[in-house]
This record gives sequence, C-alpha cells and structure tokens, in this order.
Amino acid sequence: MTAVAGSHSIGDIPILAALKFDNVSMTYPDGTFALDSTNFEVHPGEFVTIVGPSGCGKSTLQRIASGLSKPSTGTVTVDHDSLGYVFQDATLLQWRTVRKNIELLAELNGVPKAERQAKAQETIDLVGLNGFESKYPKQLSGGMKMRASLARSLVLDPKLFLFDEPFGALDEITRERLNDELLSLFQRSGFASLFITHSIYEAVFLSTRVLVMSARPGRIVGDFEIPFEYPRAPDLRFEPQFAELSGRVSHALRGAHS
Amino acid sequence: MTALSNEVGLGATAPSISESTLAEAQEVASQPHDQTPTRHISDYVGPPITFAVFIGFWYLMSDWGLKHLFDKPKFLIPEPHVVVHDSLQSVPRGDLLRGLGYTTQVVLIGLGISIVLGMALAIAMAQARWLERSVWPYLVALQAIPILAMVPLIGSIMGYEVNSRILVCVIISIFPIVSNTLFGLLSADQGQHDLFTLRNASRFTRLWKLQLPAAMPSVFTGFRISAGLSVVGAIVGELFFVRGGKGIGALLDQYRSRNIYPLAFGALVLCAVLGIAVFIIFGWIGKLVVGRWYVSTRKSS
Ligand SMILES: Nc1ncnc2c1ncn2[C@@H]1O[C@H](COP(=O)(O)OP(=O)(O)OP(=O)(O)O)[C@@H](O)[C@H]1O
Ligand SMILES: [Mg+2]
Repeated sequence: MTAVAGSHSIGDIPILAALKFDNVSMTYPDGTFALDSTNFEVHPGEFVTIVGPSGCGKSTLQRIASGLSKPSTGTVTVDHDSLGYVFQDATLLQWRTVRKNIELLAELNGVPKAERQAKAQETIDLVGLNGFESKYPKQLSGGMKMRASLARSLVLDPKLFLFDEPFGALDEITRERLNDELLSLFQRSGFASLFITHSIYEAVFLSTRVLVMSARPGRIVGDFEIPFEYPRAPDLRFEPQFAELSGRVSHALRGAHS
Repeated sequence: MTALSNEVGLGATAPSISESTLAEAQEVASQPHDQTPTRHISDYVGPPITFAVFIGFWYLMSDWGLKHLFDKPKFLIPEPHVVVHDSLQSVPRGDLLRGLGYTTQVVLIGLGISIVLGMALAIAMAQARWLERSVWPYLVALQAIPILAMVPLIGSIMGYEVNSRILVCVIISIFPIVSNTLFGLLSADQGQHDLFTLRNASRFTRLWKLQLPAAMPSVFTGFRISAGLSVVGAIVGELFFVRGGKGIGALLDQYRSRNIYPLAFGALVLCAVLGIAVFIIFGWIGKLVVGRWYVSTRKSS
C-alpha cells in the first residue's frame, strides 16, 4: 500500500504521532466503565475515523483526546495548542456574528486583532461562508453552522482536528457536500483528523483508516486501511471496491454490537 | 385635553408589550430563522378595545355600581372625565407634574442601585457555589418580610427623608435582578464552556465573553420586573418618609385625606403611567441589546 496518503513513515523513520492513546481506560465516577485499555495513534497526514455502536464511548474518547476529560488510567500524548475541534453541536455563541464567532478561538489565544481578522476572512472564503459574515447563528442553517464551527478552529491552523459526529444532524445531501469540502480542506491544510461517525459510508469515504469500536466498554476491535487515492471524487461512493470495503467495516461493526 | 390624550397614548403604547410576547410565541411556534413577526389587524384593534372596556367599566362603577352594589356615595369613584378635568387645573397640574418628577427620580436612583448591587452580587454568586448557597436565604428573607414591617426600623435609623425612600426601592427591587442575572450567568451551555476550557480561558474572560452575554436576555427580564417594583417602592416610601420633595404617592395620600377624590384618582393614574413607562422603556432597551441574536426558548415553560 504505497500510495496511501496516511503512510506512517518516510523511509523507515517514524514520524511523531499527532495523537497517541496508550492503554487508555475510562471509568466515570458513577462507575460507568466507558473505555477499556484503548491503544491507537493518529499520524500526520492521516484521517482516522472511529465507528462504533451508540454509547460505546466514542465521545468519551474524543473528550479525553481534547483534554476535556482525564483518563482513569493510561496516557494520552497530544499537542493541546495545535488542536481543532468540531463537536456534534456547533456551539456558536448566539450573540456573535459569524465573523466574530470565527475569530473567537484566535481571540482567546491572544492573536492580535488585525491578524485574526485577516485569518478569519481567509477561512470564511475557504469554507464558503461569504455573504454570511454578518449573520447571527439563529439565521443560519445547520450546515452553515457546522461550516462556521469548522472555520472557527481552522483559524488556528491545527495540526490535529477532532470531530465528534459533526454532520450527524444534517440531511444526506448536505452531509455529502460537507464531506467533499472537508476532504479538500484536509488535503489543502494538511491537518491530521480523528473523526467519529455513525455512518460507515462517511467513514470509508473520508478516511485513510477506519477503527471499529466494540460496545461498552469500548475497545478497538477492527482496523481497516482505506487505500483510495486523494482527491476522492464524489462518485467514489458508487465504486464496487468502496462497497466491498464498506461491507467489511459493516460486518465488523455488527460483530461489535453483540 | 392633554391628560386625556395622555391616557389614549397609554392605550396606544400597550401593543409593544403584547407584541413582544406575541413575537416570542411565534418564534417558538415557527422556525426561528425569520425574526420579523407578521402583524395582524387584531394586534392593533385589541388594545383600544380593552382600553374602551376599561373606561366603560370605570363609568359603570362610578354611575351605577357604587350605589347599587356597595351602597356607597358616588364621590368615592369620580368619573374619568371629571378626574381628567380636575387634574388639569393649573395648581394640581403643577403639583402632579412636579410629583411625577420627584418620584421618577427616586425610582431611577433606587433601580440604578439595585442593578449595580444586584448584578455584582449575582456575579460573585456565580463564581463560588458556597457564596451562592449562603447568600440565597437572606435574599429570600428580604423578599418574604413585608416592607411595611421594616418601615419603622428604616425610619428610625435613616430618618424620614429621601434616602429612606430610595432604600425601600432597593429592598423591593433587588431580588429579581439577582435571581435573573444569576440564572442567566449559569445558562451558557456546556459545549460553549468547553470551548473556553480548551483554550485555557481565565475566569474573567469566561465571565466577560461567555457568561455575561449569555445572561443578557434574562438580565433584561429582571430589569423589567424590577423597574415596576421600584415604582411601587417609591410610592410606598413616600407614604411614610414624608420629608423632602412631594412625590405622587405623597400627593395621593394628601388628596385622599382631604377627600379630593378626583385628584387622588389623577395621582393613581399617574402612578400607573409611570409604571408602564419604565416597563416599556426597559423592554425596549432589552430588545435593542439582545433582539438581534436572541431566540426565545420558552418551550419548556
Ligand atoms: N459524564 C458522564 N458520567 C457518567 N457516565 C457517562 C458520562 N458521559 C458518558 N457516560 C456514559 O459513558 C458511556 C459512553 O458514553 P459516550 O457519550 O462516550 O458514548 P458514544 O459512543 O459517544 O455514544 P453516541 O454514539 O450515542 O454518541 C455511556 O454509557 C454514557 O452513558
Ligand atoms: Mg457521542
């Protein structure tokens, strides 16, 4: 598999992982055993997607990766200063316009005003929010909100992007369009991704690698390399090889459910 | 006829109150994307009709009800046009307008103090749970003790002057400001807090850029309630703390004790006008501040 975009090494010299989970387990204070000794790495250039049954601990894993939760045992290696995140809710601040929302994280990081405004404008163009800069979140559709949420982190030029079912609430057409756009951003900006979804097709379409988690307590029980070249055409979704791979992931997932 | 047109004006301003609630109801019912509520003819005819019914009822009580239902002399409830006519004579008109000025001053000073103290207290309470838990009982107690029971004490300590009236305003109006501000500060959602946590935002940044803006809709609800209460406080205060300028409350008491009922009713109407005016003004400022972005979420209530 030489042509895989997410190859782990250059000439046998390993590149430092963007994210590394080392034997990470999580038990909540109420006794819920959510995550069971999980090991994986996300390397620069990789797009890793996790699929798993509902309630298996995917969001838990994502919160641990972001640093919002501390694992009960195990270690997580990640550079917190170069993280981007898009979670299931767009969590835009209702009182800020799209432009000011997109500036928020840069503002919190203390980026000087002129610089962050220029950067915000650049990402607004990038995610296709032109003409919506002065709108308030209540005036946006779900897809537009997600674009704004994505842009908000893009401003920081993250090395690793964490996505927790970002497009779960959208209709299929919008979701596929955003998938295409996300991939061109992925190629253009070169961030590594850890993506969580319920949709096997979304997982296979986006990723260099798909991990399958078991039912709670979540463990990684499947690991699939997705060999398709980037850029990926929207019609890749109808190729036989795509269907075949999706079938294998689906099979593993069904095994994970029981 | 300025006073009459004043009263008609009162009826005509009423739509902005009902409109705001109506608009909120519509936002909940339909998609929150478009914010301009459609106005129906019924929005405009409703207030004049209720106003007409109100005036009609007043005449009915004055001309018929008082005698036949309560067996009391007619002068206790003078007819509306008599109230207007008598109140507009130059001497009472001057007194009433000056009184309105004094009372308004006390109302605004009291409200201002309540806003500053109340918000400061709420902000402090939002920072530390132990503070919240230990301050609440006193606030509730302040609410529960009738102000009349405190009047003698306030009088003996602070004297019977304007300061005491202001204190009454503050005591009456501070609670809604504290409770609404606190509720608002704690209303920012977890996902938004997470963003600030992830960027290591300081407490102050979180307060200034997240909690306070999120609190604004509920803060303004508090202002609106407190504005009305502050009017009540000022009027009640005037009945007891009689030194200093004569406000509407003092005039009301004076006219009543001298049996000049038309003027007493004139003073009453002015109290109502003042209350409605501050209510509308704060509603309007609130809309100006949060109207552009706020989507009312009263579904749960
Ligand atoms: N703060 C918490 N305290 C206690 N238990 C929790 C907490 N958060 C999540 N859980 C539990 O941990 C388990 C995993 O939750 P998590 O949200 O990570 O699942 P998920 O895989 O993201 O589910 P979904 O696919 O529905 O989003 C669930 O059983 C959940 O009830
Ligand atoms: Mg989840």
